[in-house]
Amino acid sequence: MAEPKDVLVYGETIDGKLASITTELLGCARRLADELKEGVSCILLGSKLGEAPQSAIAYGADKVYIAEDQLLAEYQNDSYVAVMEKAIKEISPRVVLLGQTAAGRDLAPRLAFRLGVIAGMDALDLNIDPSTKLLQQTRSVYGGNARATFVSEAYPQITTVRQKAMTPLAPDASRKGEIVPFKAELDVAKIRTKIIQTVKEEVAGIKLEDAQIIVSGGRGIGGPDGFKQLEELAKALKAAVGSSRPPCDNGWVPDTMQVGLTGKIVSPELYFAVGISGSSQHLAGCSGSKTIVAINKDPEANIFKEARFGVVGDWKQVIPALTQKVKELLAS
Amino acid sequence: MPVNMIVCCKQVIDPEAPPASFKINSATNQVISPPGVPPVISPFDEQAVEAALRVKDKLGGKITILSLGNNMLRDVIKKPLSMGADELILLEDEAFEGGDSWSTAYALSMAVKKIGQFDIIFCGRQAADWDNGQVGSGIAEILGIPSVTVAKKVEVTDSKATVERIITDGYQIIEVTLPALITVSNELGEARYATLKGIMAAAKKQPTIWKPADIGVEPSKIGTAGRRAKLVKLFQPVKEGKCEVVGADSPAEAGVKLAQRLREAKVI
Repeated sequence: MAEPKDVLVYGETIDGKLASITTELLGCARRLADELKEGVSCILLGSKLGEAPQSAIAYGADKVYIAEDQLLAEYQNDSYVAVMEKAIKEISPRVVLLGQTAAGRDLAPRLAFRLGVIAGMDALDLNIDPSTKLLQQTRSVYGGNARATFVSEAYPQITTVRQKAMTPLAPDASRKGEIVPFKAELDVAKIRTKIIQTVKEEVAGIKLEDAQIIVSGGRGIGGPDGFKQLEELAKALKAAVGSSRPPCDNGWVPDTMQVGLTGKIVSPELYFAVGISGSSQHLAGCSGSKTIVAINKDPEANIFKEARFGVVGDWKQVIPALTQKVKELLAS
Repeated sequence: MPVNMIVCCKQVIDPEAPPASFKINSATNQVISPPGVPPVISPFDEQAVEAALRVKDKLGGKITILSLGNNMLRDVIKKPLSMGADELILLEDEAFEGGDSWSTAYALSMAVKKIGQFDIIFCGRQAADWDNGQVGSGIAEILGIPSVTVAKKVEVTDSKATVERIITDGYQIIEVTLPALITVSNELGEARYATLKGIMAAAKKQPTIWKPADIGVEPSKIGTAGRRAKLVKLFQPVKEGKCEVVGADSPAEAGVKLAQRLREAKVI
């Protein structure tokens, strides 16, 4: 391999558009590359990449490699690892950034092991050590109870990055960059998995990831009926409804509503935690929220340590009154 | 078709221990075990055992548990046996301590090679201590077998497994050829309790203990010596903890006052 150089972003697309995580990664890559005085490249794999390559340039890439192939229509470990292995060997990047997404968390470790290096996972913060030029990766460990900073001395330096942890640049359509086709040259015989079906379990209303306000319920909500009351408040605030892990584990709400380390990572302007004790597991998913409001009858609940505003009381009485008053205030 | 399965289980500090009891020794970059709180099998690993048991319930077969560490507590580490697993192999030695995902995946893969025959290796999606989620994929890569991660359901037919893998907006049904490695997520559902019969049977079983030489690994490639990720610093984030509690005579009144306060603070 050539001397490692540049920061490569593994980009993801949704319906021919750049995924928001990819814009975040490009913003982060730009900052790292500027510190290194090197360039930013992005690689996109898929069958219909649409406007995404151009958009990657607008968000900060100098060079965009595009691997368009019918076999890459959907993410599969064997096919994507093979293409990324080939790409990294040809491009020889110094740093590779991926999103901590369904695809990224599956792809990064296996790709790293194949290249003989270890991946950093789920980074919250990335820096270049000025003396060694090595990537310092800080992540949450022990279910959010602690943070750890890691360094690996081998190249490429691969890491996944938590969603919403980095800020995208403002897109600049006049930015110049190069789009380079990349030959995937996939061997079908090496793909040992087959996607039989993709089942969407989307919840009606505003998506958690996109919501400015989220109303989440926990174990204290007691059952599916309680969540109906949270929906009322959410409707008044144009908010999405989320959940901590126990309501999902108990089947009160679908798994896709889970906010937490093993669910969705959100960072809305305002986050209501109702009947949620505040386990580190849950906080890992919502601690990026600008303002957290806790409603819990246990004054000792850990959530009050994270919250900006709190009410100690039974949510069954707090929520209807809160909802009513919110409606009044927003109508006036 | 009886299915031959291996499940990797890690002993960890109980993730359900109160966050206030969590302490770090910053001089050694190590977590101090909370006093009076016994360790547990990482919950995702317990669910991996559950996934294997469900396959065994249906088709029969054998479940071998593989755990790596040092001075593992027998009562804790034998739990999968009391749930219904058949055999327990411990990679137990000082040299296995302090590893990262690389050295751990390497040692576990070498142990799997020594075990020989298998159809499926199950792991938890990530360990509840370091939350890395890398060892399963690493084992699959070292052994050259396909991997499907973050599964909520696994069914085996003939020489294939059908796996429901969780993605952002739902799940994908994926067919994978065996042998394969599958990592299991909490959406699989709760792991079963140990039965009295299981506990009695487990008490009689003695774990097989393998040292580094037994699996043909150099001590320099495992544990702390084999790390490829250097831990620079372990620390606890500082929390401001400035919660403004909205007080009132009744919870309903507090709800009204909260709405007013949020409006004043311009957050709604």
